[in-house]
This record gives sequence, C-alpha cells and structure tokens, in this order.
Amino acid sequence: MSAAQERTAVTVDAPAPPSGIAVQSAAREVRRLVAGWANTGMPAGLAEHRRRYGPVPIGAFPGRGGAARLIAMVERSGLRGRGGGGFPTARKLAAVAAGRGPRTVVANGCEGDPTSTKDRTLMELAPHLVIDGIELAAHAVGATDAVLCVHERSTAFPALVDALRERGPTRTAMRIVEVPRRYVASEETALVNLLDRSDPRPRGRLPRPTERGVRGRPTLVDNVETLAHLALIASNGDAWFREVGTVESPGTMLVTVGGAVNDPGVYEIEQGTPLGAILHMAGGPLVPVQAVLVGGLGGTWLGTEAETMPFSHEGARGRGTALGIASVIALPVEACGIAESARVLRYLAGESASQCGPCMFGLPAIAHDMTELAARPDRAGQVATRLRSRLAVIPGRGACAHPDGAVRLAASTLRVFAEDVARHTAGRACPWIGQRYWMPVPTGQPR
Amino acid sequence: MSRQARRLRVEPITCHAHGICRELLPELVRLDEWGYPIVEDGPVPAVLRTAARSAVRACPTLALRLDRGH
Repeated sequence: MSAAQERTAVTVDAPAPPSGIAVQSAAREVRRLVAGWANTGMPAGLAEHRRRYGPVPIGAFPGRGGAARLIAMVERSGLRGRGGGGFPTARKLAAVAAGRGPRTVVANGCEGDPTSTKDRTLMELAPHLVIDGIELAAHAVGATDAVLCVHERSTAFPALVDALRERGPTRTAMRIVEVPRRYVASEETALVNLLDRSDPRPRGRLPRPTERGVRGRPTLVDNVETLAHLALIASNGDAWFREVGTVESPGTMLVTVGGAVNDPGVYEIEQGTPLGAILHMAGGPLVPVQAVLVGGLGGTWLGTEAETMPFSHEGARGRGTALGIASVIALPVEACGIAESARVLRYLAGESASQCGPCMFGLPAIAHDMTELAARPDRAGQVATRLRSRLAVIPGRGACAHPDGAVRLAASTLRVFAEDVARHTAGRACPWIGQRYWMPVPTGQPR
Repeated sequence: MSRQARRLRVEPITCHAHGICRELLPELVRLDEWGYPIVEDGPVPAVLRTAARSAVRACPTLALRLDRGH
C-alpha cells in the first residue's frame, strides 16, 4: 500500500501571499497516480511500473464472477469520472457489462479544454497505469477490444506507443487513435462518431454509448485518469482508495493550475482540499488575484471568497458550480474579466460543431455581446439586457453540453465582475483593457 | 394511445428551424430570435395532445417528438 502512496507535507510558514487569497490550511499533495514519477523523476517504464504496482491484478478477478466483484469494488470505492461529468464509474461499468454481444472500451485522453493538461501529463508520466486501467475496465465489462483516444500531435503519443510496444500482446486488443484538436471532438458521442464514421461531431444524448456506441456495441467511454484510478483500486482495494478525500468525493484528483501563480502545472490533490491551498501548492499568486476560473473554459468564475471552497463535487455544488474538468485559473487584479471572458467566448463560438441552432447562432451572439460590453459604453443597458435574455434561452438545447458551458462562463462573468460591468456600461475607463490576456486560449486563427 | 404523460422534445441536430411546430402548437412552442423552437417543459396537457401529434407529423425534418416520461 505505502508503495503506491507517498505523502508529502508542504509546510506553510510563508507570510500571507500578496493577494486576497490567503492560505488557511496546509496544502498536502498525496501522490498516487504520479508516485512513480515523483520518486524517480522519470516516466515509469514497464519494469519500474511492475516493481511498484505488481502485475495487472486481473488474476484476482477471474471470470464473469470476478468481473462482477471488480465492479462491486469500484462501486464501494465511490470513484467518479474525471473527464468533467463526475458520473459514478461503477454505474457506467455495470451498464456496459449488462449489454448484449461484443463490447468496447474507449479511453478518452483527448483533453479538449485548453486549461487542462492533466491527462496528457498522466499519460506521459504513467502510461502503464493508464493501460492497466484499460485492461481492467475491459475485463470488468467483458470487452475484447479497446481504443485509446488522444489529440493529434499529443506529446503523450510517443510515450503511449512505447508503452504498448514494451508490453507486447495484451489481453485486450488495443489501438491508439488520434482525434482532431477541436473542443467538442472529445465529447463521448463525438468520439463514437469519429471511430465509426470519421465524423468528430457530437451525435446527441441518446442512445447513450453504454447502450449503443462504437459499431453499435455497448461501449464504455472513460477518461484516462478515471481508468488509472480504477487500476489502483483493483490493486489496493476500495478502503485504501477512501483513505483520502471525502465521503462523496473520495480519493485524489489531478488538477491543472494556471494563470497568475508562480508554479503553474498539474498537482495531485486530496479531494476536499481548499481552493486556496491548491493555489498555494502551485507556488501561490504571482500578483494579486481577483478571481479564479474553475472547471475549464466552460466553467465558472468565482471571487476570492472561493479560497475556502473544498475542491470536491459537494464543495463546488455548494458554490453553485461544478468541478468540470478540474482546472483552476487565477486572474490577476490587473486584468479585465469581461475582456478575458469575451475572448474565451469567441473561441468557444468558433469551436461549435455548428450542428444545433442555439449553439451555432447563440454562441457567436453572446460572444459579440460580451465583446461589446468590454469595448463600448452601454449607458442604456441594452447590450447587458440582450445578453441576459440570450443566456436564459440557450442552455439545454444543444446535442452536447458545449453551449451550456459557454453560458455558464458568461453568466458567472456578469455575476463576479458585476462592478466592472457597471463601470464599463457607464463608459468609465477600464485601466486593464488592452493588457495581455491570461486565459489560455489557442491562437493561430483570428479571434 | 397510452395515457402516460408525454413530453415534447426537439432533436437539436435535425431541427432546421422551419418553425411549423410554432404554427401548429403556439401554446407549447415559441421561437428564439434565430427561429429555433423552445418547447414548454413538462407533460403535454390532454387538450393539446392532438395538436401536438399534428405538429410532430408536420415537422419536415422529423426533429419533433413526443416522448414518454422524462
């Protein structure tokens, strides 16, 4: 057990960081997924991986009965998906296992949101742990083949290819597929569509891939971090998994921290760690911070009072938000939240698959409104009123959650930067407009 | 015909904003500024069931459905 988990206490004795974000509790990294890397500073090769974790514990779960016991163990562990939805993993496993005929596993390592690099990091540092997870999940649901999806030109690609080659033939036929670098291409039904029809666009909520996915088969689409946790649970047990985290959000979680912090990067945290402590883990604020974006570009802005928010599903829910893809971006005081959001919204509008009207027309419209709010006085309040009425009608009307994310971001912008919105609409000068941008939005196309 | 509650649904990918559902069922359908339908949530009232079925049949892209349950 201890081999799979080392704890590092990060002492907090520094004076309060120069911002509204104070650190109240000690930040603690719990290294499970990245333990091998933390010890050697190197991606774990197969020999090192096996020394650390032993063989893939499929032998401990033989046959159909064993597969059912594995799913029951995952259920007791309380593992929830790490791709953004936080869905209970065991329920998905059980749904696919109950399906008829051949079944398939799709491991999602695409990580379409530019604020997140945790999946890529995990696949680079611990490729064998991810592959162990795929083999175990395939065994649990009775799948004979699996597809590992990564973005085109993913830096994790060579590590994965090497890892698969190093392992030789696997129980489960496994291939790696590269997915176009589009925001919605890694949505689960878009992956199914891509694999079946070379069309990387979402196909709608029903039927779920668990019922009818790749080639019409019951298909398990799980995030790569989820699968790595599954591998650790199979080796160490559900009680071990629950030694850290909260009752509702057990275990550790990979979080990408970016924006105005001293050491941006990926951190493995115990779920329930306060947001302020996570920022401190990332070296603390670089400059005074006014807000944080939680959950990716389609996430929620939170004010500095969110430093006490426990980073867990229930903690996020308590603040009217969700962990989404677990990223945290710190925005300095010296930045315009409206201009930042406008730029993100223009990017999200450009990333629409242009299939559903409310997304294809609604997102450019709200991006335009937000850009107007940033750039021009709105003394009669027309733009703000129009934006609010648009935000009210767009959510829930697309085939995927893309438009809902854009609306969430825009609505939280109006809430958290309300004073700035008032200043902009009154036509008073914004000192930060035209400054450098902090949100990680891919460039290369005009925005 | 089942007595179970039915709900009106729009398939967002197939809907191309012809707007015929709004013409036939204004009680439950309004259009957004781009011409796409916003349907009333909740079960279709009994008095509107016939009209709802007509709207479903009239949709040129078969994007409107009456679903059971939620």
